[in-house]
Amino acid sequence: MHHPRDRGVTRRKMHEFSITQSMLSLALEKAGEAKANKITRINLIIGELSGVVAECVQFYFDYISKDTIASGASLSFETRPTKLRCQQCDKVFSPTNHEWLCPDCQQASIEIVSGRECYMESIEVE
Amino acid sequence: MTVKIITVGEDILGANEEKAKANKKRLDSHNILTINIMSSPGAGKTSLIMNTINHMKSKARIAVIEGDVASSVDADKINEMGIPVIQINTAGGCHLDANMVESGLNGLPLAETDLLLIENVGNLICPNAFALGEDLRVMIASLPEGDDKPIKYPAMFADTDVVLLNKIDLQPHLDFNMDAFTKTVTKLNPDVQLFPISCKSGEGLGAWFSWLESEVNSKKNK
Repeated sequence: MHHPRDRGVTRRKMHEFSITQSMLSLALEKAGEAKANKITRINLIIGELSGVVAECVQFYFDYISKDTIASGASLSFETRPTKLRCQQCDKVFSPTNHEWLCPDCQQASIEIVSGRECYMESIEVE
Repeated sequence: MTVKIITVGEDILGANEEKAKANKKRLDSHNILTINIMSSPGAGKTSLIMNTINHMKSKARIAVIEGDVASSVDADKINEMGIPVIQINTAGGCHLDANMVESGLNGLPLAETDLLLIENVGNLICPNAFALGEDLRVMIASLPEGDDKPIKYPAMFADTDVVLLNKIDLQPHLDFNMDAFTKTVTKLNPDVQLFPISCKSGEGLGAWFSWLESEVNSKKNK
């Protein structure tokens, strides 16, 4: 017997799916606390290194928010660039190449200062 | 209707972090050293776990949580070794999260465990973003993947406590530049423990076992 493959959206759970689920429940919780009737906008901060693809989050969001007060809300993604701190000379810099070299001393080890963010800044409600 | 702005300022994965902390507390109460093993598919996570079990089972009581997209192939192998194992299928999901691990813990004999090895889903993109409640993160990289993997997935390498560089027996057949790899990894992560190993020939595993043994003992005596 031939079983057609299920290619439905809920079967393909990339990490954006769980992130979107957490994001939606956080937004609904905050809107509930404020006794809001509708969420119109969700403002998100996403770091370059977070591995989160905005289009993917939007896609899942539209699907899983359908029967909630967040249905139709627009998602705003503010991207935070990667910032590194040189552990030798303390310079904070944005890497311009794959090597993540400190532009001043060239060789020291680095620490990631920003770029991993994945948080909700605010929501707009009615 | 007036629009109101509500400041949230919370991590989206905050719920996972909370759950991970609860798992950690539970594992700490039994003094279990918990290790989250991450790598790309095929780098040698299961081989490492089996080698580690063989060497360590006389010294520590081991349990395993196996995370896979589907199947119980890996868990079956561990089960045959007589080690308590829970298989978690993520049904397409690309990482384990703290919730899945909590359900895994419910099925393991925690009071009779010293070392918990958690095999994450093979993936270099996101498992590092999802804390599970582990004490230590171990990443396996392998020679056939190339020496540029840390450059391509910096966050994974920056977040780990240990890097095991597996399949060093293949060095004569490959153009893998050991110096370049080591340099990139230690630059991203100056405190990292780096062990070149071969799960096939056994080379280098001794150093990993001794390190792990001392970590298990220090957790046991906490």
